[in-house]
Amino acid sequence: MPSDPRSFPMMSRRALVQGGAALAATAGLGGTAQAAKDTVIGFIYVGPKDDYGYNQAHAEAAAMMKKMPGLKIVEEERVPETDAVSKTMESMIKLDGATLLFPTSFGYFDPYMLKMAAKYNDIQFRHCGGLWQKDKNPMNTGSYFGYIGMGQYLNGIAAGHTTKSKKIAFVAAKPIPQVLINVNSFALGAKSVDPSIVTSVIFTGEWSMPVKEAEATNSLIDQGNDVITCHVDGPKVIMETAERRGIHACGYHVNQAKLAPKAYLTGAEWNWITVYKSFVTDMKEGKPIPNFTRGGLAEGFVKMSPYGPGLSEAGRKNVDAVKAEMMKGGYAVFKGPLKDNKGNVVVPAGKALAETAIELESTNYLIEGVNGSIG
Amino acid sequence: MSGASAVPATAAPAAASAPPTADRWYPLRRLAEALLAPLLALVAAAALFSVFLLFLGQSPLEFVELVWRGAFGSWFSIQNTVQRAAPLLLTALCVALPGQLGLVIIGGEAAVVLGGLMATVAALPLVNTGPWVVVPVMAIAGAAMGAFWIGISGWLRAKLNVNETIASLVLAYIGLALFNHFVEGVLRDPASLNKPSTYGIGEQNMLDLVPWLEIHPGLPVGILACVAAWILIYRTSLGFASRVTGGNLRAAMLQGLPVTRLILLACALGGACAGLAGAIQVAAEFGRANASLNAGYGYTGILIAFLARFNPLAILPMALLLGGLDAAGGLLQRRMDLPDATILVLQGMIFVMILASDTLYGRIRWFQPRGGA
Repeated sequence: MPSDPRSFPMMSRRALVQGGAALAATAGLGGTAQAAKDTVIGFIYVGPKDDYGYNQAHAEAAAMMKKMPGLKIVEEERVPETDAVSKTMESMIKLDGATLLFPTSFGYFDPYMLKMAAKYNDIQFRHCGGLWQKDKNPMNTGSYFGYIGMGQYLNGIAAGHTTKSKKIAFVAAKPIPQVLINVNSFALGAKSVDPSIVTSVIFTGEWSMPVKEAEATNSLIDQGNDVITCHVDGPKVIMETAERRGIHACGYHVNQAKLAPKAYLTGAEWNWITVYKSFVTDMKEGKPIPNFTRGGLAEGFVKMSPYGPGLSEAGRKNVDAVKAEMMKGGYAVFKGPLKDNKGNVVVPAGKALAETAIELESTNYLIEGVNGSIG
Repeated sequence: MSGASAVPATAAPAAASAPPTADRWYPLRRLAEALLAPLLALVAAAALFSVFLLFLGQSPLEFVELVWRGAFGSWFSIQNTVQRAAPLLLTALCVALPGQLGLVIIGGEAAVVLGGLMATVAALPLVNTGPWVVVPVMAIAGAAMGAFWIGISGWLRAKLNVNETIASLVLAYIGLALFNHFVEGVLRDPASLNKPSTYGIGEQNMLDLVPWLEIHPGLPVGILACVAAWILIYRTSLGFASRVTGGNLRAAMLQGLPVTRLILLACALGGACAGLAGAIQVAAEFGRANASLNAGYGYTGILIAFLARFNPLAILPMALLLGGLDAAGGLLQRRMDLPDATILVLQGMIFVMILASDTLYGRIRWFQPRGGA
């Protein structure tokens, strides 16, 4: 790409001519002509690829895969969880020749992906979210997901070392188990540093609604909270607001240090390339791609952002030490006796729930020390 | 403002025209004018957008080719386009019908989600009675809910003189909040852990694709609704009274037209269309009510109604145009590496150009009625 602005008209004319040639060529060929036998992999995102969040985490991995030989990556962003995604999948199969599809949003699975998988049973579908069940779902489908709650626990430790007001905050999308695990983990991490720390949570009700997220962030800061994290699709506005208001922030989904250079402490990030690379390796070796894959920090599905300038030496050491424990596997964040914020015992004494515990997947409570309600 | 000016300017000259025999070709020229203005606007938008693409270093020709292929080039593409256009036909009517009275209703999104929710709720006790009972009940429940919700805005306008645009927008936020409250609360199927949804209406009760054509079942419903709305507006005294009211409210009141009733009726009918769209989406696509209903059909409907200048028959091509752009959007992302927002830029340009083309009406003398002196 020429960077000299004067070359613009030249380039445009060339683009026009190329376009014309491409038109002539595709008109004759039907347009599916591809470089010999590249494996075509399709990625589908529910939001924009550059949302500094959930979708970007996948798109970053897709961008890395584009550089791998023998692969052709096709992507589509902002595809709603309606039949539109069925058409996108079908279009990728029919027009692009995709043989492996990654519909990455939770709501794509049922009924859209399952219907397409039944219709195209020689195509592989892997869904991000962990819904696949062996006795119910076809073998050309599957799911993968990561235990990112551990990362939020580490975020909580960093927040616990940083807060001066002993009040920290969480902006959450919807009160569903995945989100509640993150809120509880963050609160427990902070309480491991100082049991008096209170975590306030606000649910915006939507996966992506920047206006509400900014309002929630501002009102949480006005209430005296001085460290914030979140679980929404695009944390951009929350990080920027934290930076502008001079408090600290812990990231989620991807590294948001660029948005909040002073405020950023650390962050819980997805590392999807681990999953995608292993799927592609299996495919190339002719092995079946696993139908059900999960992992956390130890498996490299999740990683932590590098520390920002706001995190003290003691804080860094504490996070490092707990992380090292987690890397050994089997680390339990939820240890009994544990009460919810209404006083009910949710984990009895003597019981410890590791990240893999099935009980956690129906979490419907906020733990003691969390200020907020899911009703 | 825009609402009043968008009411077909053709109404006034028709009423005021001199002896009908004096200018036999005037209706045809009027039709030509109505076709030419949007066509010119589309050409202008395309030219503007080409410049935009050239600045991005992309070829407009390739763009056009991909849009054609993605939207209309094969039967698969046409199915794709129709599926996206089907709910838009009905949500555009939610704007176009009150639009006849000069009202600008922009809260159709809430009528869609609440209509879909009510349709689901009505279907749940009947799941074992079979689709011949369930589907009509869903349609009635969805339409009734939509009619009620948009009817509130109409009532506020007619009785309390509250601005209907603001009222419907605010009610849209309230409607969405209510929807989330019920779907994530009392109506939630506890098995839907991470995507809160209601219980399903049952696979056996869902609407199939239109047989043989394999297209979205909302399309025939939408077409029928548009044709019926056109007849209602241009071929009945009720529609005539509505257009008179839209043209001049005070004159209509002086004539003794039942303005309040007309406003309530137009809002309720429009809301019923949007509610029906929600019911159909549940019956044809989702099988249950959840956040998928909140996919922006109501908002795209506003755009289409304005593009169609509130004429229900013009809604058909405009919905296909926007549905087609939407359908082609994916191919554009994949082949030209353009962000999804590119299609929004094009939509915006079309919208501005069509609105600007409104000023063309009546400016070109050749199209105007002749004779008299």
